[in-house]
Amino acid sequence: MSPKYTLPPLPYAYDALEPVISQQIMQLHHQKHHQTYITNLNATLDAQTTALATNDIPALLSIQQKLTFNGGGHINHSLFWRNLAPHGSSATDIARSAPTLQRSLEQQWGSVEQFTAAFGAVLLGLQGSGWGWLVSVGGPGGKLEIVSTKDQDPVVGGKVPILGVDMWEHAYYLQYLNNKAGYVEQIWKVINWVEAEERYTNGVDGAALLKL
Amino acid sequence: MAASLVRNTARSALRNGASATRAAGSLTFARGKATLPDLAYDYGALEPSISGKIMELHHKNHHQTYVNSYNTAIEQLQEAQHKGDIAAQIALKPLINFHGGGHINHTLFWENLAPKSAGGGEPPAGALSKAIDESFGSLDEFKTKMNGALAGIQGSGWAWLVKDKQTGNIGIKTYANQDAVVGQFQPLLGIDAWEHAYYLQYQNRKAEYFSAIWDVINWKAVEKRFSA
Repeated sequence: MSPKYTLPPLPYAYDALEPVISQQIMQLHHQKHHQTYITNLNATLDAQTTALATNDIPALLSIQQKLTFNGGGHINHSLFWRNLAPHGSSATDIARSAPTLQRSLEQQWGSVEQFTAAFGAVLLGLQGSGWGWLVSVGGPGGKLEIVSTKDQDPVVGGKVPILGVDMWEHAYYLQYLNNKAGYVEQIWKVINWVEAEERYTNGVDGAALLKL
Repeated sequence: MAASLVRNTARSALRNGASATRAAGSLTFARGKATLPDLAYDYGALEPSISGKIMELHHKNHHQTYVNSYNTAIEQLQEAQHKGDIAAQIALKPLINFHGGGHINHTLFWENLAPKSAGGGEPPAGALSKAIDESFGSLDEFKTKMNGALAGIQGSGWAWLVKDKQTGNIGIKTYANQDAVVGQFQPLLGIDAWEHAYYLQYQNRKAEYFSAIWDVINWKAVEKRFSA
């Protein structure tokens, strides 16, 4: 049997992000959507263990896409929850919480406002389900880039995911309906810059991430 | 199908008084703009399978956005063609694929649905019914397989019953995002698996949506496409 992953608790209450993200969205998103990725990840890992034990290479290969999707869903959501902080909390103040990252953002994009505009354009340019990310290339303290990943593809390849925004419709639809630009504009009010600064400085510990 | 979509589009464009004359001077040929097709039923007519609010947002907002963005992309394409800018034309490909596909897919989807009072859910007959039985065993088997395909979509997309133009066989295929059924396959019946198609009513319980939608499937429209 493979290790079983379990749903990490949120570091805040379901209604703590209101009015930016409603309690109903947070509850469904965490308890149902994230849980489903974990359930399917565990099942996929079991299937992988069996395929490995029987040297069933075709089965192993056919499992990989499920692993990317459900493992990615678990990683992405685990990162996302900690990228958010209660509305009005000090962690949402970039100047106070992320001085190093702020300096790098300003160097790269001219100002924080120009960075958020560029990030927003990437989010709104996604065609279908996916995520937008601020990443540090090559490890902590590296060159900053805005990238998008489709569906539940995670950020891999030595890029540190500093900040991720979920652009699946389930992340905003109950509240913003087809106005995804409204969601993209509002979410900056609940970004946890303490977490972003920590990842930019020290990176993300992959193993610790999934235990939370 | 594609031809009828364009014909409808041209008709609607004339009806709405839109024409290419606005762009005269920069364009050397007249062209109708894509427009939002009217639904053949009221927004609330598919309840309880699909709520009136979903239908209204889906048609008036989502589909309209694909239409608008497709028209914008085509204007840019014409501009690039006019200038002989090949790189710009190639760069527009994803936008045309996405928004043009969104327009085609939704137009076909609306026709695939009908209120119960207008025959929604009534099983197919004749040659289509025979083809489904031969390919899948039974209509129920087909529905189960189609629902399995829908549930297996990782992200946004569509599942379609298609006809292979080379062999005449029918089969189930899934397409990512707004990729349209083109080329070797002809779209017969499409079901939208984007979250906006069901989330307000079913939230994460998408299997319930996939099971409820069969009550409002317009098999007459599918038969017509099958024998076209």
